[in-house]
Amino acid sequence: MTTIANNTAPAAPAHTAGTNQSTAGRTAGRYLVRIILAIFFAFPLVFMFVSSFKPDDQIFADLSSLKAFLPVGDISLDNYTGVFDTVPAGRFLINSVLITAVTVLLGLLVNSMAAFALSRMRWRGKTVVLAAIIATLVVPFETFALPMIWWVNKLPWIVIQDFIPLYSVGWLDTYRVQIIPFIANAFAIYLFYSYFQSIPKDLDEAARVDGAGWFRIYRSVIMPLAGPASATVAILTFLPAWNSYLWPLMVVQTENLRPAMVGLSYFQQLNVLWGQIMAYSTLITIPVLAFFLVFQRAFVSSIASAGVKG
Amino acid sequence: MSVTTPGQTTKRTTRAADAHAPTLKKTERREAVTGALMVTPSVILLIVFFFIPVALAFVLAFTNARLISPSIQFVGLDNFTRLFQDPLFWRSLRNTLYFAVVVVPLQSALALLLALLVNVRIRGTNFFRTLYFVPVVTSIVVVSILWQFMYQPDGLINNVLQSVSFNVIQGADWLNNPGTAMPAIIFMSIWQAVGFHMVIWLSGLQTIAPELYEAADIDGAGPWEKFRYVTWPGLRNTRTFILVTISIAALSLFAQVNIMTNGGPLDATTTVVFQAVRIGYQQQQTAYASAISLVFFLLVLTVSLVQRYLTREKG
Repeated sequence: MTTIANNTAPAAPAHTAGTNQSTAGRTAGRYLVRIILAIFFAFPLVFMFVSSFKPDDQIFADLSSLKAFLPVGDISLDNYTGVFDTVPAGRFLINSVLITAVTVLLGLLVNSMAAFALSRMRWRGKTVVLAAIIATLVVPFETFALPMIWWVNKLPWIVIQDFIPLYSVGWLDTYRVQIIPFIANAFAIYLFYSYFQSIPKDLDEAARVDGAGWFRIYRSVIMPLAGPASATVAILTFLPAWNSYLWPLMVVQTENLRPAMVGLSYFQQLNVLWGQIMAYSTLITIPVLAFFLVFQRAFVSSIASAGVKG
Repeated sequence: MSVTTPGQTTKRTTRAADAHAPTLKKTERREAVTGALMVTPSVILLIVFFFIPVALAFVLAFTNARLISPSIQFVGLDNFTRLFQDPLFWRSLRNTLYFAVVVVPLQSALALLLALLVNVRIRGTNFFRTLYFVPVVTSIVVVSILWQFMYQPDGLINNVLQSVSFNVIQGADWLNNPGTAMPAIIFMSIWQAVGFHMVIWLSGLQTIAPELYEAADIDGAGPWEKFRYVTWPGLRNTRTFILVTISIAALSLFAQVNIMTNGGPLDATTTVVFQAVRIGYQQQQTAYASAISLVFFLLVLTVSLVQRYLTREKG
């Protein structure tokens, strides 16, 4: 209720001591509400970060006091070194980096190209393709994840062995099953498409008169202007790729191919080492957090732009 | 969501006059070929990894397919009769709806309150906004394990409750008690996701023209009137979007349950997606899981359509 008042605090008539006092009170109240909320949203993560430097018995001992949130006592990096003994953490992190980077980069290329063709060029069947892409937006992944496992298990692939291409069947237990299904993204295409629509058509017309081909217009005229759209798509594909859990859990059994999030399930099966869990959680959260803090403005505005088109 | 096709609205320049008709034909054909070429990778990927799996969900639901099966036979409605006789399915459906019915209104309302808070331009607004958003970028898996630890009987949550209530509240074994497990998951889920919808509300708030508030000021409107007659109507589009996205996310509840309770205690937290995964993946009964997926899909579709209908433009 205070929030609504905050939104449009009426201009208080000046010169009266009482009003000055109430303005000061209101300011204090505003900050109090915000700080309490900040504590509410931050405390679990602060607890996680701080605990990752403590031995297990101290984590439990500190629970009953404010020490739970303070880096005091027996502080060390032991949990971090321990993590690498318990699970192949380095391997998991490299896998996640690889999978995320390839998914995001190929996604930027493939989706922007499709959006370019939809926004700029005339070809048969365009209306149908656009409508079909939009239709995919309302179906949650969970509804077809299970039939999809059955399906990817039957997909073909070509392996080159000793320079001889060999035909193989089944995508389970590979990097590609974690990457290729997530490259084409209807939402990314839609974001690029709306952005390209706002770029004046005169620009590519001029390039065409100068004899530029379509690929050249895409590469040298449109994409250089589409920085904000690319940032938005990169961010919105980065998050689910890095955080993906259910899908790799189901389709990848080989340890060497697993991503960082699945690594967390290892700690639950083994004798529970909470300090190491906190350290591992911190390790796999830091890349996203750093990415978020650096691109904070783009992050928030990209999610906001996802919302406006309802 | 309406999209206009640019081809219909764009007027082509009369670059090639009639005399050059053959050249025009050629460039047009090249445009058509190149355009199709550029869209091909996405189209193929979406067909293979979206349309075929979705179609398969429909087909496999009427078969006896298993993940590793030599033969497939159509079995008619067998999977569905089995499903509707399965008390565990009804239990999971009820739990899913319970979660959604609590989370959808609560989370959208809290997100709106937060958005109103961080929409006020005071010193440090950016800082607060960033902080409220941080749980969103943290993986739900990390969040679930962290809260699982905090929810332990002698864990952080109970310790905090005890100290802020001066030892009046003793707390519970949140996740091992059928009565408290789902509320505990609900609380944590809102904590994690509310920042996302705060940002979406915020984008809606910022589209409302400041002149409207000035006009309301002149008319002597109080804070509540301004919210009721300016802010709320101005958020109509955002409202629909938020409602639909929170509902779909809530109905898809899986990761938290899978990590924190594994469906227990006494099936108090098992959900539709959790059941589908357990049956389709752990028990490898693809066909039966497809039937669950199909029911889930219809559920999501119905809820979105009903919400769109209820929040439609009236008059």
